[in-house]
Amino acid sequence: MSAATTTPSAPASSGAEGAPRPVGRPRSSASLRHRLADRGIDGQMLLLLPALVFILVLFVYPFAYGLGLTLQPTQETVETWGGGVLANYVRFFGDSFTFASVWLTARLAIPAALFNVLFSIPLAIKLRHRFRGKRLISTLLVLPITLGTVLTAQGLLIFAGRQGWLNQALMGIGLVDQPLDLVHNYIGVLLSLIISGFPFAFLLISSYFSGIDPSLERAARSLGAGWAQRFFRITLPLLAPGLATTFILTFVLAFSVFPSATLVGNPSGSTRVLAVVAYRFFGEQFDYPMASTVAIMMGLAELIVVAIVLFARSFFYKGTTGGKG
Amino acid sequence: MTAATAKSPSTTPATDTDADALRIENVGRRFGSTDALQGFDLTVRRGEFIALLGPSGCGKSTALNCLAGLLPLTDGRILVGDQRIDVLPPEKRDFGMVFQSYALFPHLTVAKNVAFGLQMRGVGRGEIRRRVDEALRLVRLEDQAGKLPGQLSGGQQQRVAIARAVVIEPRVVLMDEPLSNLDAKLRLEMRTEIRRLHQTLGLTTIYVTHDQEEALSLADRLVVLRAGRVQQIGTPQELHDHPANWHVADFMGYRNLLDAEVTSAPDGGAGGGDGDGAGVEVRADGLSLRGLAVDPVAAGERVRLAIRPSDLVVTDPAAAPGTSSASGTSGVSGASAASGTNGAPASSGTNMIRARVEVVEYQGREYAVEVRTESGRALHVRSDTAPQVGVDVLLTLDPARALVYRFDLDPADAGRSSDAADRAADESRPPAPDPIAAEAGS
Repeated sequence: MSAATTTPSAPASSGAEGAPRPVGRPRSSASLRHRLADRGIDGQMLLLLPALVFILVLFVYPFAYGLGLTLQPTQETVETWGGGVLANYVRFFGDSFTFASVWLTARLAIPAALFNVLFSIPLAIKLRHRFRGKRLISTLLVLPITLGTVLTAQGLLIFAGRQGWLNQALMGIGLVDQPLDLVHNYIGVLLSLIISGFPFAFLLISSYFSGIDPSLERAARSLGAGWAQRFFRITLPLLAPGLATTFILTFVLAFSVFPSATLVGNPSGSTRVLAVVAYRFFGEQFDYPMASTVAIMMGLAELIVVAIVLFARSFFYKGTTGGKG
Repeated sequence: MTAATAKSPSTTPATDTDADALRIENVGRRFGSTDALQGFDLTVRRGEFIALLGPSGCGKSTALNCLAGLLPLTDGRILVGDQRIDVLPPEKRDFGMVFQSYALFPHLTVAKNVAFGLQMRGVGRGEIRRRVDEALRLVRLEDQAGKLPGQLSGGQQQRVAIARAVVIEPRVVLMDEPLSNLDAKLRLEMRTEIRRLHQTLGLTTIYVTHDQEEALSLADRLVVLRAGRVQQIGTPQELHDHPANWHVADFMGYRNLLDAEVTSAPDGGAGGGDGDGAGVEVRADGLSLRGLAVDPVAAGERVRLAIRPSDLVVTDPAAAPGTSSASGTSGVSGASAASGTNGAPASSGTNMIRARVEVVEYQGREYAVEVRTESGRALHVRSDTAPQVGVDVLLTLDPARALVYRFDLDPADAGRSSDAADRAADESRPPAPDPIAAEAGS
């Protein structure tokens, strides 16, 4: 990188700023460019331009616009809930029907994210080593990534519905008398979140695992550490930052769930997640400002969880783990 | 010089030795259909320092991993005293291991890394602190105890790895090419450090390396491996002076290996082992040479001649006596390419080889010179003075220092893998051996 190169002229000319410039050493154009490059400013900065435009047009502006909307409550909201420009927020926290959605969403997203992370660990451990059928298993685990949430929901309805294969099979072998209620409720959405979130978690954790030098575990073995000691003292501490990141990603994915909450859930009851509530305000009550408020609060709730996890992550070792990752 | 003469200080009386000896009996390891290690037999006395030496892929790391328990054996067994340990998992063997990549736990401080093995053994906290302090003092890292491994230099990390392995006072310390990631200067320092530690602690050590210098200077005994089989076991002097076959010779610094054919073997070459050696006469690359047969050979047999660079003495053709009789076909400076009889044994019994200087490398006290004979064969020689490039010189060679070996290393798989082993040996050898290598056993 040009930024890293040190130029002999740069210190000389910068030192001359206050004092009279030494005779015979005019400040050259190269010197200015080098001094800028020393501060990381060079032609390569132009490469950032597309991304900057992208962020401004597609994120910053809409976000600011939405935030502005939340401060322009409808007349009706102000009359019912009061609070002036903050009426939407007053309504969000005051309306138990709306506010309860935060809990309903968290109740889905946190267990789904935890499940995805925790169950990826043993699989990732097993799939670290070479064995027969490894490729088949990893393909099967990753495959759901390619199915969209709608397809997953559709499949769940057919497979796990009251007349689905699963219930028919369970009743056929006499395990249950009544078909199990697995869809159109909390369980259906949770299953859908796990199916679509697990491949992400598994892939991420596998790559974090491959970043840990396998000889560390061998070293621990040679020092007398048994299975559990190796896992809890060596592998887990090194993996923890990766687990936290994976948790955050799958949590955010699950927290903004919308399609499966409507398709395989009970969108007016147990799976009335924030995305559904926001959609209702927007699509059914045409209360655009309130819909924005719900969306903003959804982001805020996610941020809080992310902040907590990142705070916890800061206590772990985050340096190199010696592997190829 | 160092390791060769200085035996381990903790050499114990014979009765005690047997009870604690590490016995490796007929150990083998197969990967699929290839034998990575085969018929490995070795008894290691307590406190002994053993080096496993060989080119990459020779099975030395396999042997070490089998000892550590990281690889299950396919054949044989391993015992410490009367206890069979090859059936134990690695964590139950009580072996300390030093890895090539150090394998320090990156999230633990130096002190905690060293303490790890003690914690696993349930040692009390006070004693852990005492022993960790002692181990860190031993490797001179007491100031770095609170740092993370990532904050240390390569040499310091290696010392932590060694401290971590020896602090548990294991029955055996296993070292897997511990110095190969260090630069040349640090490697020399750490070599001394390892030797010093071994002299202080007297722990039985098995050390894997592809560097013959390292092996010669550190070990009490060396095991040379090739293609999964033991080629020779012996003290550094034994291996250095009497390599069992050309492969071992190659590893011991006999840089000149010439394929040859026996032209005459008076008494089957068998009598060549003592005195100034009746020896045999061989023909290699247009050179007729007299050598000492290590293996019994017969006339007409394919053999390999091994000569150390330091045994090829460079003389000025003008000054050398008997020059005219040995190769009288050309003048001093003339390129006598036509002379096919070059290098015929002189009347005195000394081999004479005419060659032209091609490359001269300064190596401290002396020069490593590459010369080319008239038949186009490159030879490595040593010289006290710097010969001029392009000048013709005369090399003299004592027949007793030209070792004649049977060409086939293993009668079982003769010729099949020798070329591959050859290449591997060439690659793993340092390009220009340090003068110390030549001194180590002399």
